[in-house]
Amino acid sequence: MFVINCPYCGEREQSEFKAGGEAHLVRPKQPTELSDDEWAEYLFMRKNIKGIQFERWVHTHGCRKWFNMVRDTSNDKIKAIYKMGEKPPTK
Amino acid sequence: MTKNLRVKSGRFIDETYRVSFRFNGKTFYGFKGDTLASALLANNIHLVGRSFKYHRPRGIMTAGSEEPNAIVQLHKNSSRTEPNVRATEIEIYEGLEASSQNCWPSVNFDIGGINNFLSPFLPAGFYYKTFMWPASFWEKYEYFIRKSAGLGKSPTEPDPDIYEHKYIHCDVLVIGAGISGIIAAKTAAKNGLKTLLVDEKPYLGGSTIYQNSEHFKINNQTSSSWIEKEINEIKRIKNLEIKTRTSVAAFHGYNYLLARENLTDHLPLEQRNDNTRQRLLKIRAKKVISATGALERPLIFDNNDRPGILLSSAIEKYANLFGVACGEKNILFTNNDSAYETAISLFKKGINVETIIDNREEIDSKLIKEAEKNNIKIYKGYTVVNTSGYKRINKISIMQLSKDGQKVVGSKKTITCDCLGVSGGWTPAVHLFTQSGGKLKFRDEDQVFIPNIYPSDQISIGSCNGDFTLDEILLNIPKVLKEFLNVKKTDYENLEVHSSFNKSKRNIWLLPSDKIFGKTKSFVDYQNDATAKDIKLALREGFRSIEHVKRYTTTGMGTDQGKLGNMHALGIISETANSKMGELGTTTFRPPYTPLTFGTIVGRNVGEYFDVFRKTPIHEWHVQNKAEFENVGQWKRAWYYPKDGESMHEAVQRESKAARDSAGILDASTLGKIDIQGTDASEFLNRVYTNAWSKLAIGKCRYGLMLNEDGMVYDDGVTTRLDENHYIMTTTTGGAANVLGKLEDYLQTEWPELDVYLTSVTDHYATVSVCGPNSKKIVSQIIPDLDFSDENFPHMSFKNTKIGKIKCRIMRISFTGEHSYEINVQANFGKSVWEKCIEAGKEFNITPYGTETMHLLRAEKGFIIVGQDTDATMTPIDLQMEWIVSKKKYDFIGKRSLYRSDTIKEDRKQLVGLLTENPDEVLEEGAQIIADINQTPIEMLGHVTSSYYSPNLKKSIALGVVRGGKNMMGQKLIIPMENKKINVTVADPIFLDKENKRLNA
Repeated sequence: MFVINCPYCGEREQSEFKAGGEAHLVRPKQPTELSDDEWAEYLFMRKNIKGIQFERWVHTHGCRKWFNMVRDTSNDKIKAIYKMGEKPPTK
Repeated sequence: MTKNLRVKSGRFIDETYRVSFRFNGKTFYGFKGDTLASALLANNIHLVGRSFKYHRPRGIMTAGSEEPNAIVQLHKNSSRTEPNVRATEIEIYEGLEASSQNCWPSVNFDIGGINNFLSPFLPAGFYYKTFMWPASFWEKYEYFIRKSAGLGKSPTEPDPDIYEHKYIHCDVLVIGAGISGIIAAKTAAKNGLKTLLVDEKPYLGGSTIYQNSEHFKINNQTSSSWIEKEINEIKRIKNLEIKTRTSVAAFHGYNYLLARENLTDHLPLEQRNDNTRQRLLKIRAKKVISATGALERPLIFDNNDRPGILLSSAIEKYANLFGVACGEKNILFTNNDSAYETAISLFKKGINVETIIDNREEIDSKLIKEAEKNNIKIYKGYTVVNTSGYKRINKISIMQLSKDGQKVVGSKKTITCDCLGVSGGWTPAVHLFTQSGGKLKFRDEDQVFIPNIYPSDQISIGSCNGDFTLDEILLNIPKVLKEFLNVKKTDYENLEVHSSFNKSKRNIWLLPSDKIFGKTKSFVDYQNDATAKDIKLALREGFRSIEHVKRYTTTGMGTDQGKLGNMHALGIISETANSKMGELGTTTFRPPYTPLTFGTIVGRNVGEYFDVFRKTPIHEWHVQNKAEFENVGQWKRAWYYPKDGESMHEAVQRESKAARDSAGILDASTLGKIDIQGTDASEFLNRVYTNAWSKLAIGKCRYGLMLNEDGMVYDDGVTTRLDENHYIMTTTTGGAANVLGKLEDYLQTEWPELDVYLTSVTDHYATVSVCGPNSKKIVSQIIPDLDFSDENFPHMSFKNTKIGKIKCRIMRISFTGEHSYEINVQANFGKSVWEKCIEAGKEFNITPYGTETMHLLRAEKGFIIVGQDTDATMTPIDLQMEWIVSKKKYDFIGKRSLYRSDTIKEDRKQLVGLLTENPDEVLEEGAQIIADINQTPIEMLGHVTSSYYSPNLKKSIALGVVRGGKNMMGQKLIIPMENKKINVTVADPIFLDKENKRLNA
């Protein structure tokens, strides 16, 4: 069970949060103009990396805000947390 | 049997306080402070149980939580009885009642003991190999195997004890209160850190507390008197919390640990009262210091499992701590100096040690010299090759080891004894460290795994870190602590330490015998009866991975999780397979370290506290009117209201008919309600629903269908436009929280530019739904000022009004197909408005109905229930609801997916109506639908999703999903049941009032 540093509330138990899958997937602005393959790429394809992964989390039992997290899935170390809309850390 | 083996007073025994207890039906006496094991040993009882597979007699082997053999059934009472309790851990109390397990009719005469003689035919994997075929016989075998398997008996009645959970946050958690843990806890606490020290035993000080010898001294005091002063000192430190009888069960990531605190298990039953029995501590520590110590290793030789064979350190502990001699003719067998410590301790207590067998040939240390001085005969370079004595060891045979330790040479000597202490050196207790994700490394010189890479802010100190001697411990710990805790000094520098322990050890994983190997029984896992032979067999049969060998031989899979023998299993594998121990790795250490009771795990979350349940503001009325309830998510919803002994079917038929004939009333308060405001609220609804919302007039309602991005139906409900920029959305009861979550997700992450605010108001309003041809008369009676004409208040519109002084929102919407009104009032007024409607409806026989009738009524109209008629594979097109999908809208959630190659297929499962050939036959929901019963294999076309007997249509109706069903109207299909087949015809899913005339009736 992680301790997650919510960018709005501070450190809280993981049980207050929900994971929301891979981050930085932008919903296409014009889905109707995409081919089946392109739409499927957005809809279904997700990375499952052993190592550094960018993912979305939400403070469900708290402020209900979504934010992004950089997590090393091999050891569950949280490398960075940043608000929605902010640029991901480069290092 | 009745001999008393109590010697000079044990350190922790209160000899003025005699305690009687029962074991296998006989009364025995011990003293306060005894464990069940020490009290039995004092009564000269070694035989306490039978082994799992061969039913061999087994005795007490250890003095701690690692005990594999001495596990007993505690309590007779069918609610409190508890299996697999370690006799070495349970403290005796007046009236304790324990019995042996895994034996019948008794531990002394056990029928299953025949397995021991059959053992040549019961090798590893015997059950897997034998009961494989014929496959159809498995059910017969299973009955007998299940009967003979299992350790102990579980209680058959509810547990009367109270358990609880507690959260603890601390700066430093120290696990283990031996010398290392006490030093660490004191250092942390004295530097102002909030510290928690836990130990599984009832006392502090670990093994140092009884190390009362000239050979181990700190600042010129014996180590036991030195530690005693330390203990007295730490008990006075305010920011140090000490918890004994507390065993850490699990060490998770981010320094989150679970521990079980035993509060009443050591008390007589009548003193426990209503006190909490055990507490699960959920500990979040900034830093963790593991000082979990080390476990003594046994030695693996032929017949090494007889009652009377104990770990050498256990014999020392029984003598020093409990004042109990484990035997009168004691022999020790060792490969290191530890057994000499035991010998000297026993000697001081006046307990006879005749002989020490030492694997090592050339040895020399102060401890050995002292043993020799005390006239103990030492066989250097010898090994035990066999033992005898069925229920208690009575003889050992010894032979000289060859130079390489692979063979025995010379002639065999036999020595009589009644107790054999074995010491194979020490294994650091790294279980918790590895649970936390820590990586081990193998230290070749003494063949131990020690912590190497730490995954979190934690450290291992003392013997669990591979420092086994007093001088090493006291030299290393202050250095390590200063760095880890970031403190300048400790109280433990420049101590004068004197330790006579010599570290030399001759490690032979599997000791040789003069017998051929195939005839030996050298136990590696005592509880599961896995022998060295089984492990070698597994390797011969091609198993290589340590995890596979473990499962095939069941080594390490007992309730003790192989705390004693796992290292030897690894050693034997590495020697046989010629691989390096370090490369082989270990099996995975999993929580819990020692077994937890279910009570501890669930804590207070039992009975009515198992889960939260939500009640509507009208709940009490339903209870008073004898409603049966159904769980919908966390809600308790009125299901039906049986009258005068009606069955559910009868009640539902009556309620359904009343609602269509005159008037019905439903508590719809559980429907999810989301208040939507903001200048972009209309645009937002356009994007989340499949249909168009911009043109919905203020004061009007509209049904909406919400999809997932994959095009599948997610939720539905009516949304009302309260004002230009203000809507109220209703969701399904079960979907409310998820819908809100999903909408918030889109708003925050995909469309942050939209000016929209969402508020969940589900609990703020009570909703009373009045339906039926007389609903208008009833509602207009309680709201006389409102114009209820169809012109002023048509279907799918809403009014803000008042019932007396109570403000209300009233919607003319319908889920039954009847003329109906949904009255929303502030939750507190819910019950009073409900009662007003009941009162006003009396003359129209207004009938309260529950969810079952609601489902029936909507099925007559072919209205779907998301989650019942849909299952996340249904698009609106599959549901024959094309009419609700806007062709004009540029985009909405899921739109693009509605014309993916898969979703446009003609032969998808589609929702249809089903009518049975026999109108009285009601289908079972979930039943399969097929076309041809003679086909092999039969193609499953779909299944029944909703099915009822309609009292209004006087026939059975059903909804189902059928592959290509849309184009099968009128076609005959078959529902195969266990002992019959039912003929059905595919029909329109709308069974009643297709023209919607009743809405305005």
